[in-house]
Amino acid sequence: METIVKKRIKQVLKGDQDAYAEVVEIYKDKVFQICYRMLGNRHEAEDIAQEAFLRAYVNIASFNIDLKFSTWLYRIATNLCIDRIRKKKPDYYLDAEVAGTDGLNMYSQIASDARLPEEDVESLELQETIQREISKLPEKYRSVIVLKYIEELSLNEISETLDLPLGTVKTRIHRGREALRNQLRYV
Amino acid sequence: MKCPAEMVVYMHEYLDEEISAEHEKELRAHLQNCEECQIHFHELKKTIALVQSTSHIQAPENFTANVMAKLPKEKRKVGVQRWFRHHPILTAASLFLVLMMGSVVSSWDQDHQLSVSKQPNLVVENDKVIVPEGEVVKGDVVVKNGDLEIQGEIDGNVTVINGQQYMASAGNVTGEIEEVDAIFEWLWYHIKKAAKDAVNVFESGETDKEK
Repeated sequence: METIVKKRIKQVLKGDQDAYAEVVEIYKDKVFQICYRMLGNRHEAEDIAQEAFLRAYVNIASFNIDLKFSTWLYRIATNLCIDRIRKKKPDYYLDAEVAGTDGLNMYSQIASDARLPEEDVESLELQETIQREISKLPEKYRSVIVLKYIEELSLNEISETLDLPLGTVKTRIHRGREALRNQLRYV
Repeated sequence: MKCPAEMVVYMHEYLDEEISAEHEKELRAHLQNCEECQIHFHELKKTIALVQSTSHIQAPENFTANVMAKLPKEKRKVGVQRWFRHHPILTAASLFLVLMMGSVVSSWDQDHQLSVSKQPNLVVENDKVIVPEGEVVKGDVVVKNGDLEIQGEIDGNVTVINGQQYMASAGNVTGEIEEVDAIFEWLWYHIKKAAKDAVNVFESGETDKEK
């Protein structure tokens, strides 16, 4: 698949915009997934995922064609997500009660329009719980956990994607796993 | 019982699939005796399974179209190139036409000089060839890129290419008069010539082979 992508990228570099549509088509689910798991909200995830593809397109000339495109793309996406998380952090916390409501917190405000028609309610709730716990992780742990367990990248790929030393990636994964374990042990 | 701190580290090494055989042996031995660590290990594995179980969601519909709509506009040149790539037959056909027209136009241009068959008593004036009054021109007269004015008499056929012939009341032509002045007729004339040439090439090729 990388070879197809590389071919398309070369066409894009020559200025053929349509070739990029195929690249987007190949990676859209992956990138959207990263953004969704990082941000916990479909609307924001769509917004950021589109932004990631847009940035990748604009900066395609700076992409080293000998490297893996997915790594580069995921890095753009995770960086954008982290920026977004940092920006919105002072605004509100998910646990904070929404003003004027009785016991409703921001969790109930999260759009839960994930399309899972054949899933039963119970598993839907479990999914939401897991997503909520992922969303609660500090972003440095969240990004490694998402890349490791949802995108199924290797430790080396994560280290490349996030531009972090391998040791740091490992430590963050360990801490992220422990934090999630504490939250999910009674599920 | 206080467990050695490195046991948790080993667990993570195990989960990262980077544990050494030595550490794994140690970990297994410890897990058999320590329920607390067993639970911890089990919880970690369960956590991973739970995170992995979050169903893979898909990007919204029209995602690609939305992205493509936001991209900066591409250069026009590329669009044209792509059109050519997607329509190879039309491209070949149009290329053929362009070359064809090119050669036609260039040979049309080249031919724009007045030429006339050589009869001593024809008079050439600017772009006009005149058969003077009282003269008799023997043989066929061909005028190219010019007009022919017949005041006298022509004993033969008249062909005017890309021009007109004017017959004075006293003028007389014994043979046929033909005017070739439309570009299409001229084109037809050229195509016939080209076809003839092509046939000649093939025929000479065959005769070469026979030799």
